[in-house]
Amino acid sequence: MTERKFVKPLKPKVDVNRVNTRILPVEFEYFEPRTVKEVVELLSKYGSEARILAGGTDLIVRMKQRFIEPKYIVNIKKVKELNFIEDRGDHLAIGAATKLREIEKSGIVRKRFVALYEAVRSMAGVQIRNMATIGGNLCNASPAADTAPPLLVFEAKLKIVGPDGEKLVPISEFFLGPGKTVLKHDEVLAEIWIPYQPEGTGSAFIKIARVAMDLAKVNVAVALRTEEGVVKSVKIALGAVAPTPIRAYKTEEFLTGKELSEATLEKAAEIVKTEVKPITDIRSTAEYRREVSGVIVKDALLKAYERISGR
Amino acid sequence: MGKIIRFRLNGRPVSIYVENNELLLNVLREKLGVMSPKYGCGIGECGACTVLLDGEPVLSCLTLAVEVDGKDVVTAEGLAKDSELDVVQRAFIEEGAIQCGYCIPGFILVAKKLLEENPEPDEDFIREYIRGNLCRCTGYVNIVRAIKRAAEELKFHVGKNKQV
Repeated sequence: MTERKFVKPLKPKVDVNRVNTRILPVEFEYFEPRTVKEVVELLSKYGSEARILAGGTDLIVRMKQRFIEPKYIVNIKKVKELNFIEDRGDHLAIGAATKLREIEKSGIVRKRFVALYEAVRSMAGVQIRNMATIGGNLCNASPAADTAPPLLVFEAKLKIVGPDGEKLVPISEFFLGPGKTVLKHDEVLAEIWIPYQPEGTGSAFIKIARVAMDLAKVNVAVALRTEEGVVKSVKIALGAVAPTPIRAYKTEEFLTGKELSEATLEKAAEIVKTEVKPITDIRSTAEYRREVSGVIVKDALLKAYERISGR
Repeated sequence: MGKIIRFRLNGRPVSIYVENNELLLNVLREKLGVMSPKYGCGIGECGACTVLLDGEPVLSCLTLAVEVDGKDVVTAEGLAKDSELDVVQRAFIEEGAIQCGYCIPGFILVAKKLLEENPEPDEDFIREYIRGNLCRCTGYVNIVRAIKRAAEELKFHVGKNKQV
């Protein structure tokens, strides 16, 4: 049996009742660049004292709470080259400043990347989705970021632009820890490239949260391809169960080449529980997160399996 | 540090000086006297400060005022035409969907957009769509009913116009 420890009640770092979120008590210089080049120039000039404003649904809140007090705000909402959804043959490219609502409305995302569609649909309310961007969700590097698991299972690549040019980073190498990514102060996430999946791939996203508006206690995405009931390829990613969103490589390895029987799914759920490293926080306990990880991975596998066309 | 911004507010052009760190909600309420958007939570959980920005519902308590330069802002004050209430507003009154009233301007703007996107919403669609708005009186049943009623009335009006 798993050992049970007494869970200490958590104290917030700031007394939330004494934070005045009515105003924005931070003074800053404000820029509205129109090109990525201008964004990089501003970031290079002001370094760590500058912050990118995309949707603002995290940044403005954290500035109100005075967790961060940037001296320069670089608003990228008006940079056209960061705001698009484009079919590029072998992959779908999404500009980092594209709003979640635009992604949700995209027919290609809905048809070809069901797990991403479900993840975006599950996020907050319509007002937030009209503001928040996919790049913001990734760059905040919350372990619970809902767009991360789907992008991990689709093996998306991230185009990052800096003063020395651009580079492509696999999303599995992007997150370093809570709030930490490989992005340097003078770099900006520009595009998300999502490769089209082979014919016969089914995907699904499931999230457990306290209420609809809240962040995930646990979230999971699965991309699955089978041939005559045998797993040809499977990718599983989970969020809010480790310092970063993670892939469940051992579970994937176990499932590959097996028939999707009840017993196999049960075993897979057990392996998942050994791969996650959850913590206890205000949203959930480590024990619950571990237990439920197994359950929703199983559910997501079944959901993805049902979606495989021509099965 | 700030600048003069020009935008349309409920159909009228507005030009006003704002500080970089001023929020749209506070500019609307304190400088322009538009009182229907409310301060609820200040962190994007409640929807009481909702306004339509270029037709889309957004949270004015998380929007910098400097950003709305050149844009179109609509609040509940902008819905009535020639002193006649909008269909959605009437439906909220007729269904008794207003208790303390604090959340209602936000709900009405979201409902407007909802009906624009889906003129025949079912209960699930409505509940899903309004999940970014909290009603502290928990009067959701009547709010959902009001949105349904508005949908029916809009359909009826459209039908009538077609016959004419």
